[in-house]
Amino acid sequence: MAMLTVSRPPLGGFSFENCKRNAVLEGEVNKVGCSLPAARKTGTTICGVVFKDGVVLGADTRATEGMVVADKNCSKIHYISPNIYCCGAGTAADTEMTTQIISSNLELHGLSTGRLPRVATANRMLKQMLFRYQGYIGAALVLGGVDCNGPHLYSIYPHGSTDKLPYVTMGSGSLAAMAVFEDRYKPDMEEEAAKRLVRDAIAAGIFNDLGSGSNIDLCVITKGKVDYIRPHDEANKKGIRTGDYKYKGGTTGVLTKVVTPLDLELVDESVQTMDTS
Amino acid sequence: MNTRGLRSQLKDSIPVAGLCPQGQYGVQDTLRSGFTSAKNELLPSHPLELSEKNFQLNQDKMNFSTLRNIQGLHAPLKLQMEYRAARQIQRLPFLPSSNLALDTLRGSDESIGFEDILNDPAQSEMMGEPHMMVEYKLGLL
Repeated sequence: MAMLTVSRPPLGGFSFENCKRNAVLEGEVNKVGCSLPAARKTGTTICGVVFKDGVVLGADTRATEGMVVADKNCSKIHYISPNIYCCGAGTAADTEMTTQIISSNLELHGLSTGRLPRVATANRMLKQMLFRYQGYIGAALVLGGVDCNGPHLYSIYPHGSTDKLPYVTMGSGSLAAMAVFEDRYKPDMEEEAAKRLVRDAIAAGIFNDLGSGSNIDLCVITKGKVDYIRPHDEANKKGIRTGDYKYKGGTTGVLTKVVTPLDLELVDESVQTMDTS
Repeated sequence: MNTRGLRSQLKDSIPVAGLCPQGQYGVQDTLRSGFTSAKNELLPSHPLELSEKNFQLNQDKMNFSTLRNIQGLHAPLKLQMEYRAARQIQRLPFLPSSNLALDTLRGSDESIGFEDILNDPAQSEMMGEPHMMVEYKLGLL
């Protein structure tokens, strides 16, 4: 094992050893003319709405890496607990890891209290963790669920502030989606009307924002039931090719045919048995 | 977030790099720790580095002062005694320890954070040099 003289035992968690090296590299790379690899983001449209019996969460399914689509069908609605789901925008890895950590913590907490977890608990855990890292964890979340106090919907920003509202949107397509909500939201809607509203809001984000695209995922949470509809609507279908570049057999006429047999000499023949037991 | 600035965070807390460079004869070990510069030693390389290093300490301080305000002086006093006792029955510094007693006292055996997933000290590929670490702990170094 490699030996290292340290005065203190190593701690877990984030390691800042390479920060100085990265800062130097960034300066050097700009002089040469190339660029450092960019993190994969979910330039996104996510939204949520509270209706009569519960909460509807919606998200698009495109993940971008700079100007390239990295994933055409990624899943942005993450599981937190059987009655709580969370949509994530921002850096894809950050939203994924943060929601998984909070999900594990909620499970442990639920085992300790013996009750179904509340949405406010998940909200508090998320905001405390994001504030601790001062916005360096780029995760903008829409948290929704139904607990003993009814349906709740929160939006959580990367620096740790939260809002509790009846309808929220996040991501690069949030303005387009919010425009649809502001026009057609009514309190105490029915489930079908709420699903249609969310679907239209996400579609507005998909068609008007470059960072959002592909399909629309929905998650309907009511007391005791969760409907994870993936995909709810394929807004952008890839077209079917109308032409074919393959030629049928026999298209090219054969003019002449010359056959040359190769004379090979058998030098050595050995059999090696495989151990197929 | 502590808006008071760097100086107040530097006081009373774990230093970013020791004043005495590591390596034989007090000369900087370039192979292991890279090039030296005074700026490297004084300022942290990332805004979060100081606050993360001292996070556990600051949490404990906050919890103890809240406890003192709510329940009186006896509560944090008793808890700190238990912490001291748990910290004393540890293994030698270079051996990995599960910190079970400390975890149970702090309540961190019921939660998962980045310190459990990233850079798990139990899976570290580096080992501390036994003699140096014990001498540092005993204050002989």
